[in-house]
Amino acid sequence: MFGRLTFEALPHDPIVLGGAISMGVVGIIVIALLFYLKRWKWLYKEWLTSLDPKKIGVMYIIVAVLMLLRGAADAGMMRVQQALSSGEASGFLASDHFQQIFTAHGTIMIFFVAMGLMFGLINLVLPLQIGSRDVAFPFLNSVSFWLFVAGMMLVNTALVIGEFAAAGWLAYPPLSGIEYSPGVGVDYWIWALQIAGIGSLLSGINFLVTILKMRAPGMTLMRMPVFTWTVMGSMILVIFAFPILTATLAMLSIDRTLGMHFFTSDFGGNPMMYINLIWAWGHPEVYILILPAFGVFSEVVATFSRKPLFGYKSMVWAIAAITFLSYIVWLHHFFTMGAGGNVNAFFGIMTMIIAIPTGVKVFNWLFTMYQGRIRFTSPMIWFLGFVVTFTLGGMTGVLLAVPAIDFQVHNSLFLVAHFHNMVIGGVVFGYMAGITYWFPKIFGFKLHEQLGKYAAYCWMIGFLVAFVPLYILGFMGATRRLDHYEASTGWQGLFVVAGLGVAIIGLGIVLQITQFIVSIRQRKQNLDTTGDPWNGRTLEWSVPSPAPFYNFATLPAINSRDAFWKTKFYKKSHEKPAYTSFKLPKNSPFGLMIAGFAFAAGFGIVWHIWWLAALALVGAITCFIIRSLDEEPEYTVSASEIAKLDAGTRS
Amino acid sequence: MNFAKWSKRVNKKYRLIISVALLVGLIAICAAFFATADIDILQPQGTIANQQRDLLVIVTLLMLIVVIPVYILTFAIAWKYRASNTKAKYSPNLTGNRKAEAVWWGIPMVIIAILAIITWQTSHSLDPFKELSSEKQPIKIQVVALQWKWLFIYPEHDIATVNHVEFPEKTPINFVITSDAPMNSFWIPSLGGQVYAMAGMSTKLHLMADTAGTYKGSSANISGEGFSDMRFVARSSTSEGFEDWVQKTKQSNDKLSVDEYEKLLQKSRNNAVKYYSSVDNGLYDTIIMKYIAPAKTDQKAKVQDQNHTEGMSH
Repeated sequence: MFGRLTFEALPHDPIVLGGAISMGVVGIIVIALLFYLKRWKWLYKEWLTSLDPKKIGVMYIIVAVLMLLRGAADAGMMRVQQALSSGEASGFLASDHFQQIFTAHGTIMIFFVAMGLMFGLINLVLPLQIGSRDVAFPFLNSVSFWLFVAGMMLVNTALVIGEFAAAGWLAYPPLSGIEYSPGVGVDYWIWALQIAGIGSLLSGINFLVTILKMRAPGMTLMRMPVFTWTVMGSMILVIFAFPILTATLAMLSIDRTLGMHFFTSDFGGNPMMYINLIWAWGHPEVYILILPAFGVFSEVVATFSRKPLFGYKSMVWAIAAITFLSYIVWLHHFFTMGAGGNVNAFFGIMTMIIAIPTGVKVFNWLFTMYQGRIRFTSPMIWFLGFVVTFTLGGMTGVLLAVPAIDFQVHNSLFLVAHFHNMVIGGVVFGYMAGITYWFPKIFGFKLHEQLGKYAAYCWMIGFLVAFVPLYILGFMGATRRLDHYEASTGWQGLFVVAGLGVAIIGLGIVLQITQFIVSIRQRKQNLDTTGDPWNGRTLEWSVPSPAPFYNFATLPAINSRDAFWKTKFYKKSHEKPAYTSFKLPKNSPFGLMIAGFAFAAGFGIVWHIWWLAALALVGAITCFIIRSLDEEPEYTVSASEIAKLDAGTRS
Repeated sequence: MNFAKWSKRVNKKYRLIISVALLVGLIAICAAFFATADIDILQPQGTIANQQRDLLVIVTLLMLIVVIPVYILTFAIAWKYRASNTKAKYSPNLTGNRKAEAVWWGIPMVIIAILAIITWQTSHSLDPFKELSSEKQPIKIQVVALQWKWLFIYPEHDIATVNHVEFPEKTPINFVITSDAPMNSFWIPSLGGQVYAMAGMSTKLHLMADTAGTYKGSSANISGEGFSDMRFVARSSTSEGFEDWVQKTKQSNDKLSVDEYEKLLQKSRNNAVKYYSSVDNGLYDTIIMKYIAPAKTDQKAKVQDQNHTEGMSH
């Protein structure tokens, strides 16, 4: 009846139990608050069933921030363990628990933090930036988001019922195969990523079509804001890369559940194939995350330097080059597999070539500041921190791209320091800058500047203190993922310093939470009444803040880059705009329901409860069918209504 | 904000003194650390590790040609064109400059072109599968990654060890590596880079120690619960010392038969060093053949032969 699921699956370890209980307590508090404040209906109508990309974006970011807290807690536990466990001391975590923690850290940070922040920001900004009222497929957008949530729930369920995978965040076979990982951990990992991954693929299609088909009249491709360009590159990558992930995970799960041999060591299976495939997705994934962060910086630097972006065309070509090149470098993740000089050299050189367009982008940002009037707001502080850390990461990246050097530092803490250099210094700093920058557009007030700056400084200093020691440890021969090591290695001091660094980053996160609370309480002092708090250049700043549900009362006509900036120099016409009626999507509960079924199906497969899996699959398909039979998924906003609404926001 | 007030109150002079003192202290700590720590990769003890270290330094210097200007420009431009500096030139319509952009497309291209040549050459000259040239006869050592220990077989000496590998100095070592467990990575950082150990396959690594000494070795790739214990001692000795060691190993009471290997195959953690005075013939090949199924006896011999001549790839 319940497959592999028994009471044994409930947590026994005190630390896991503590985590599970605290998750439960938070959940109960939220539910109690909703009852107390009588907000269920509001939550359901205004948020859970909403198809407004701005609301979906906000929900993405809330989920991602919650997951950031969990991922950061994992990081803290790893650092404490490694600072303690020198020589005879074995720290406070058992080996298998430690291995579950680093697997969870990587999986959660990439799939549920970085991806969540990225899709959140794209939802918030992209339609506004291209002068559109919506995305191309609003219902699909809701499905994508809720599938992302279902994946997130499944990954967190592993903490309470069963176990987390312990095979590393990319679960290389044969370790992740049924022989060496017989538990449910890897199955949870597979199905959480399958569900979230399909959501990501649907989002990729959605936003690419949105960019290609929904731009305001006159906005040619070469007039698009650079953030939009980077999203386009990123979404193309999503569309090409995510199907590989889906197929690879499907094969791994068939190996595990049906006893096949795609990736086993015996019976003709080939684990090397998995490693190739997973990186054929995994490498583009890195660029999927970093490209929109480049886009954020392009907007931020131009706005706060009060100058147009330097070398727009160069930037676009650089984005295109990076998009293309990121497909033909995957092998640099395993030079050490022994592919031979020719193959390794080819992939090494291709990897280095990416440094060229990336370097060009850095110089273009620097010369956007040149002869500008730079205001050092917190997004600019994030940008300066990004240039300092990202350049360092670029340098170590080129070192790793030389196969002969890679043999010495691969799988060491040098590698760990390098990719955190790119993901924290690039992706996280970029999205933090983006959230601060676009926050007033969505909520109508700015975030507290001083606290934001202190948080940024903590992240930067914390990053250096946490990861420079890891670079040195790598040179000292410290491999990644060790739960204990010999005292004679002399590593402990550096691990302690690295732990301090993580504590400083933790302080930064605390400051950011404080910043949100203080900003909400003091919102009246930071209200954005103009809709253009930063003296912006792109279309999103032309509408009132918070942006109305319809985005634009009348669709703007575009005849240049930085379209909104140029209109600031013309006299405002006093003629009444010509309002016309338009259609917007109605709310739909089906996204939520489909994801609920997807979660149940995933849970069923993980525990071999086949009737549940089958039933849930039928449920999800039925939801799709019912929704597709809805002949009026949209409602009309008439010209007179929009005239009234628009007058309301302008008075 | 209290902090801002406080720091304003502190005299400028004191602030300068404190920052200089902090900086000097930090440099002193770093200097003391680097003077005393064992940084295997930067203090190489073998031919390969030596060349890899030199390459690391060359590539770093080449990149500094771009990185240093970026750091200087970032802070110089940010400082000069701060909004409060109204004397600085403001060009609100400056959208680009072909020549300037050509410079920062061009210079990195030249540097990467140089790096590409270096990469192409060193990918071949430092290919771990390539045999090292030396007047001395190389020594062959078969390496098997197990859960969670390393087995070293010396086919020429008919001995084997667990978690200890011994070899003569200034002599090329031909490691052939496989796994009877999840994938591992075989790494002795003082002597040179790592190569993966994979079941059913044989990879190669060629190293040579410059002097006698004891180095640490480990698995660099996660392979399950006891992975952190997959450490071993790599010792290079003088040629007489090595012969003595072989003779001593020969006196061990343990012999590595197929049965004994089956016992060794069981999961175990934190294994002590172990010596075997003899090894069953062809054990290494048998371990690889286990994964090539279905294996009939006559086919087995054939595949075995191929395996000997071809190694894993190329």
